[in-house]
Amino acid sequence: MSNKVPTPDELSKIDYTPPKKGWMDTPVEFKPGTWCYGSRPKYLESVDFPNPRDWKPTDDDWKLPENWKEIFLKGMEERLRKYRSFRLFMDICVRCGACADKCHFFIGSGDPKNMPVLRAELLRSVYRKYFTASGKLLGKVAGARELTIDVLKELWYYYYQCTECRRCSVFCPYGIDTAEITIIARELLNLLGLNTDWIAGPVANCYRTGNHLGLEPHTFKNSIEFFLSDIEDITGIKIEPSFNRKGAEILFITPSGDTFADPGTYTCMGYLMLFHELGLDYTWSTYASEGGNFGFFTSNEMAKRLHYKIYAEAKRLGVKWILGGECGHMWRVLNQYLDTWHGPADFLEEPVSPITGTTFENAKSSKLVHIAEFTADLIRNGILKLDPSRNNHLKVTFHDSCNTSRGMGIFEEPRFIIRSVCNHFYEMPEDTIREKTFCCGSGSGLNAGENMELRMRGGFPRANAVKYVKEKHDVNMLANICAIDRAALPPLMDYWVPDVRVAGVHELVGNALVMKGEKERIVDLRGEPLPVKSESTSSEEVKEG
Amino acid sequence: MELKNLLSEKRDVILERWFDLILKSYPADTSSFLRNQKNQSTNPVGHTILKSIEGLFDKLIEGLDHTSGDSWSSFLDNIIRIKAVQDFTPSHALSFIFDLKKIIREELKNDPVLNSIQDNSGSGNGITVELSKLDSRIDALALDSFDIYMKCREKIYDLKAKEFENKTFRLLQMANLIYDKEEEQRLDKDHGNLKKAL
Repeated sequence: MSNKVPTPDELSKIDYTPPKKGWMDTPVEFKPGTWCYGSRPKYLESVDFPNPRDWKPTDDDWKLPENWKEIFLKGMEERLRKYRSFRLFMDICVRCGACADKCHFFIGSGDPKNMPVLRAELLRSVYRKYFTASGKLLGKVAGARELTIDVLKELWYYYYQCTECRRCSVFCPYGIDTAEITIIARELLNLLGLNTDWIAGPVANCYRTGNHLGLEPHTFKNSIEFFLSDIEDITGIKIEPSFNRKGAEILFITPSGDTFADPGTYTCMGYLMLFHELGLDYTWSTYASEGGNFGFFTSNEMAKRLHYKIYAEAKRLGVKWILGGECGHMWRVLNQYLDTWHGPADFLEEPVSPITGTTFENAKSSKLVHIAEFTADLIRNGILKLDPSRNNHLKVTFHDSCNTSRGMGIFEEPRFIIRSVCNHFYEMPEDTIREKTFCCGSGSGLNAGENMELRMRGGFPRANAVKYVKEKHDVNMLANICAIDRAALPPLMDYWVPDVRVAGVHELVGNALVMKGEKERIVDLRGEPLPVKSESTSSEEVKEG
Repeated sequence: MELKNLLSEKRDVILERWFDLILKSYPADTSSFLRNQKNQSTNPVGHTILKSIEGLFDKLIEGLDHTSGDSWSSFLDNIIRIKAVQDFTPSHALSFIFDLKKIIREELKNDPVLNSIQDNSGSGNGITVELSKLDSRIDALALDSFDIYMKCREKIYDLKAKEFENKTFRLLQMANLIYDKEEEQRLDKDHGNLKKAL
């Protein structure tokens, strides 16, 4: 061995203090567990994305087109012209640092380039160099730098370490939406074929089959029907939902993940039971079989292409309006971008609940109602017969999903539902909920397996808040209204707060819902024994911690 | 028992130096955040590190005068669980344990009380014996930390495997490729009842 083994004395003198260097002089290092695999060519080809080829992020040669720099800068120029917000966000940051410690990835990793301000500077420095007079003249002094291959790799590394959750933007005095900077940066990277496999795969699947998992219509139908026998076993009630039924009043859309993987499947069972109990005139679609939109994590155009199937299907089936399930970015896409892309969906009717007569004025333009609003309205009007004691074995806390909370302001409805269907509800600390909620750490297409360390770091602030209520109130269930949460939070809990499980709000509704003609329930939707009834179980016990 | 008293007196300064040294392993911008932000919810890493080393130090001293089992694992777990997923090599992640030896030695070296005891023939030996006991306890802490670090890393690989398993489970189930004993027993029973009815 050529390496000299250090003596104990030498070992004790190792100084682990990182050298003090400016961020521009600290080259990016691809550390294991922090990045996702590069996209396979077949996925890019299927949606006509540029530069399909086999590549690995750790390869020296990323097999880029010869004029990659020109493509990138031209793309940047186009977007600076097209989106005023992008130019503003490049120009107006005064580096006050208000956002610096608000990112869950910075808090969990300690990597300064995960500070939102610095993540944005990675791209701003390129902007200054090529699009501002001071940057062109003064270079590094003015915070500008050349776009080199190393800089490009750094952009890729860190813009795929942002979940676009927008927590930082809540604290920015100028209202800079750093998530939008990430969105544009990813668009630019996609011009060079620099996508991840975990995002490109679902995009290609969704384009082909209508859902991220690539389920063909018969498989999608089968997976829903799979739940029906479970529901019949638990409640004794046979449910027969319809698929692709023309003339139904309502089209129901939800993330495909909920039809396929636990614990989302239990949420899906909750929907089926609720709609059956109401006798709702609704249909599933096996074509618009996805609420989520991974296109949103590649480019504006791709998001638009994938999104419209929901409306095309609503038109084809002739429904009056659309009801949407518990999903995260589906709602942000809809709430923030729909009207810009397609204009109001005027061929549909303003949604009115056929059960309560409530008009959902907030959905006047989109014609798409969130199921939390729909169910909260039912409960408020006393339509549902609920037995919250069936959830007495659960001590519940609620995680505000980034997209539905910061993206569209849904705070109260899910809490109102949980309080109505559970007797034990506890809030996490104020700094970690509502508009200040901490991300699950796996949003915006980062919920792959190969970047598990990154996900655990990013999710640590959320997990830490769950741990707090577990220790204080013995909380054992983390409720949420997002399918990515239902996929990403179970491993997060498993690592940081074992014994806390994850549920969609409508799973809790399904447990508590007293259905006409049901047999006595002895198990919950997971097939686990219900708590034994006692005299006091009917009294409501709602607490906030 | 003299060492225990001395260390208890110096608890705050030792912990401050230990915390400082741990934070120095992070980039400068990060360490100032980890040190200065006191909110448990918004600075979970800094808060957990501080609370964990406080607990570890107290357990270390507590154990100097008895031989009962050590109950430091929850404190050790909290801090190592974080370091096991951050950008540290295993040796770097666990180096903070050994830092404590150095800090304690340096703090005691300058202590006038200890120096006067050591000048006084005989009593100094007691301290030396106790110091070597403390070293052994810190070594035991280090050995436990290897176990915890490995457990954390194994958990990460376990999570990766589980995610993959979950993705394929439903497909296998739908293709009737999962053997379910309870389901088979139920079908057998139904079949038996049907036969009886006929």
